[in-house]
Amino acid sequence: MEFEAVIGLEVHAQLSTRSKLFCSCNTTFGSSPNMQVCPICTGQPGVLPVINKKAVEYAITLALALGCKINLQSVMARKHYFYPDLPKNYQISQYDQPLAEEGEVEIEINGKKKKIGLTRIHLEEDAGKLIHDEKKPFSYVDFNRTGVPLLEIVSKPEISSPEEAVAYLKTLRSIVRYLGICDGNMEEGSLRCDANVSVRPKGSKDFGTKVELKNMNSFKHVEKALAYEIKRQVGLLLEGKEIIQETRLYDEATQTTHPMRGKEEAHDYCYFPDPDLIEVIIDRSLLEELRAKIPELPLRRKERFEREYSLSSYEAGILTEEKTLADFFEDTMKLYSNPKAISNFLLTEVLRYLNRDRIDISQSKLVPHHLAELLDLVERDVISITLAKQQIFPEVYERGVSPKSVIEEKGLIQESSEELLRKACEEVLAENPGEVARYKEGKKGLLGFFVGQVMKKTQGKANPKVVNKILIELLEK
Amino acid sequence: MNLDDLTIKRALTLLSKGEITSKDLTLACLDRIKRFDPEVKAFLYVNEEWALAQAEASDKRRKDKKERSLEGIPLSIKDNILIRDHPTTCASRILANYIAPYDATVIERLKEAGAVFLGKTNMDEFAMGSSTENSAFFPTKNPWDLERVPGGSSGGSAVAVALRMGLGSLGSDTGGSIRQPAAFCGVVGMKPTYGLVSRYGLVAFASSLDQIGPFGLNVEDTAILLQIIAGEDHKDSTSCPIKNLDFVNFLEQNSQRSFRVGLPKEYFTGDLHPEVQRALEKCIDILKKKHTLKEISLPHTKYAIATYYIIAPAEASSNLARYDGVKYGFRAECKNLIELYKKSRSQGFGKEVKRRIMLGTYALSAGYYDAYYLKASKVRTLIKQDFEEAFKEVDLILAPTTPTPPFKLGEKISDPLQMYLSDIFTIPVNLAGLPCISLPVGLTEDSLPIGAQIIGPAFKDDLVLASAYSLEKELSLKLLPSILINQS
Repeated sequence: MEFEAVIGLEVHAQLSTRSKLFCSCNTTFGSSPNMQVCPICTGQPGVLPVINKKAVEYAITLALALGCKINLQSVMARKHYFYPDLPKNYQISQYDQPLAEEGEVEIEINGKKKKIGLTRIHLEEDAGKLIHDEKKPFSYVDFNRTGVPLLEIVSKPEISSPEEAVAYLKTLRSIVRYLGICDGNMEEGSLRCDANVSVRPKGSKDFGTKVELKNMNSFKHVEKALAYEIKRQVGLLLEGKEIIQETRLYDEATQTTHPMRGKEEAHDYCYFPDPDLIEVIIDRSLLEELRAKIPELPLRRKERFEREYSLSSYEAGILTEEKTLADFFEDTMKLYSNPKAISNFLLTEVLRYLNRDRIDISQSKLVPHHLAELLDLVERDVISITLAKQQIFPEVYERGVSPKSVIEEKGLIQESSEELLRKACEEVLAENPGEVARYKEGKKGLLGFFVGQVMKKTQGKANPKVVNKILIELLEK
Repeated sequence: MNLDDLTIKRALTLLSKGEITSKDLTLACLDRIKRFDPEVKAFLYVNEEWALAQAEASDKRRKDKKERSLEGIPLSIKDNILIRDHPTTCASRILANYIAPYDATVIERLKEAGAVFLGKTNMDEFAMGSSTENSAFFPTKNPWDLERVPGGSSGGSAVAVALRMGLGSLGSDTGGSIRQPAAFCGVVGMKPTYGLVSRYGLVAFASSLDQIGPFGLNVEDTAILLQIIAGEDHKDSTSCPIKNLDFVNFLEQNSQRSFRVGLPKEYFTGDLHPEVQRALEKCIDILKKKHTLKEISLPHTKYAIATYYIIAPAEASSNLARYDGVKYGFRAECKNLIELYKKSRSQGFGKEVKRRIMLGTYALSAGYYDAYYLKASKVRTLIKQDFEEAFKEVDLILAPTTPTPPFKLGEKISDPLQMYLSDIFTIPVNLAGLPCISLPVGLTEDSLPIGAQIIGPAFKDDLVLASAYSLEKELSLKLLPSILINQS
């Protein structure tokens, strides 16, 4: 019997507001424990929450971008459970009246598009972190993260494979980054994901017993955890065994899932509207104001890049994944109109450096007019592409200087004079009689070797096209 | 210095004339505390050194011509309102060692106005109770009869004002916790409109009902204090943007005004204690001369207690979840996390608090929420509408504050339902969020105070005060607790 997976994802996106959801504490990641806390976020007696308007705006922005139905009136509710990282022992969240409902995320896999429906998007506060020290008979609590605003984005069970799940997450990540509302960093926990997985006979309309998966901290984990879990469930069904409804944790080391211990399942959260907060009322004019600020989203932009700049789906995909890179591409296009050349250079050289430095293009010293200038110099044969890549671009990238100034500094203008190059070619052939003989015996591949030697002799300044031509002339004589 | 009838207003005059200093006044109040508090036990915390330092700082400001509106006036504060760097215990073991890390908004405002804090007053634990017997530390006694309760939960504050251990006090009123002890102790106490006074820094009991309010020897003092603490606060989302409050001047300007006063028939039934009935009748006779009186009906009154005892415990069960022994306060000896929670809370909370946590948790449980909390919220709306309807016909409502005069210590403590019923007349006002003042209107034959309350429409706190001011004048009672009479 063939089975199919039914997956729903619950994504928590940490909003990149400067302050927390209900107090004015800073939200920066990575500061020393309990340095970003106040009476409010540590649940002191007598404190009251006041909602961060920016967080509400960010939430609405995403909801609008995903085509959700926005509830102009929504309610913050208390969700109760005792845990040391939750200072009030309730989390302020939303329950039966969330900020937004419905909507969808459009994903693309191998050129095929699919819309994944959403159930809801709601606003809530994050909990703190427990820090365990095996050597000590107690644990520490860090409340820095307590009260940081989160969006919970709940998909419908419309995802049918681990690949789709990853595509959904990547698309969502790209969208929140485009909107500038979340940095999407899975390792730092700004984007977290839990999954509900079940399997059923292919074509069946009924749902199987679902299992909740937690502790997946990267796209790779999500993919592996889901793949393992689907295999596990299908295996159980084929053996005629039953699937238990439970929460399972992904174990990175073994790449398997195992049941979470404890009574996590039996929770009664005793939800009720938070009497300290009035209803979240959204003005229609605010909706329009926020809607007007939503940029072209990644998938639409990718399609336009393919169409407008004749780029491949692959190229357009990578270029538009990050808004900053796509913006950089288009800004460069305004100054130098060869999309293919820009794309090639961005996707090879530039991304290599950015990945090395783990930064975004907007954080680098590279600016569009420097890239445009560099590519123009190559096109006009002032410098070779090799020279551009190896000697000029590194300087431009590291120091933020213009390609022309690097060329001047290093005296790197391409040598295209046949007279000068012929001399260099002759010298190289004279220095390598053995290779010349083998070439003449038919080893035509050695041409590259000779070109390389000439480039070396001229410190890379020789125009390779001219060198090629001269060498062939000399060797075929 | 004779503090017996020294009002805040009079003290301010004496201070500004230089006839007394804040230090004199503070010392006199501290002296009273030394003499009477061992008997009545109104205070949980008195800090003489701190009080005198504040008084001296105040005298210096006055000398420098930098005096503010409440410059140098000694006050006491109920122990569920935070004053930075001083204990806030809520009369609970679970917060016995808690030092407030910040100032409540009302405290900030009183500090800005130049007030001097003497200490913190006793209360029912977490403001849950009507007799101050639920204090984890000791009960407070009624200065009119030491065998009787002062009412609660703000019993300590009412007693402190009655005995002039401070010229005024702040309490909190969730279901009558200011008005009922004010009535039992023969002082004035007011619960302002919900949202008029910031709740920031008031330890939450039932967030949708709690409201901080003042105690004073008379209506004018009460108005002076309310004037300072009222007004919008950006730290409290439920505080209302009311501007240009001027309660004090409003009193005098409107003292001759004639009002339409409603008498709710549900409050004046045969169940009323005869002496309370008699005192209220006298009140009505006086009011009749100037005002138009009218019988009205608040038909859902009978559901108020049931409604309150769903909503208040539900919110309390949530608000009190934070006291878990993890971050601050009492932590029991324990071997693991579950034990930490269970033991700290079992040992840290008193019986009544636990009872309400259990009631509230039950009312919010999945499957019961609709039948209890949601239903109660709907009834609450009906109760609110009762008042809205009534205020179409009348400007204000007059009612007894309590069904009986002060009862005896121990009389109701083992019967929670009887205790709950002592708030039968005060609770509907909290459910409706309305302003209400309780003022003394007479004494029983045994010289126990009796209070009446005047209820107004939302944000008509000024009208409530003005009418109480004029009634107070016409009654012109001279009230001195027996303990004060006996000493002289």
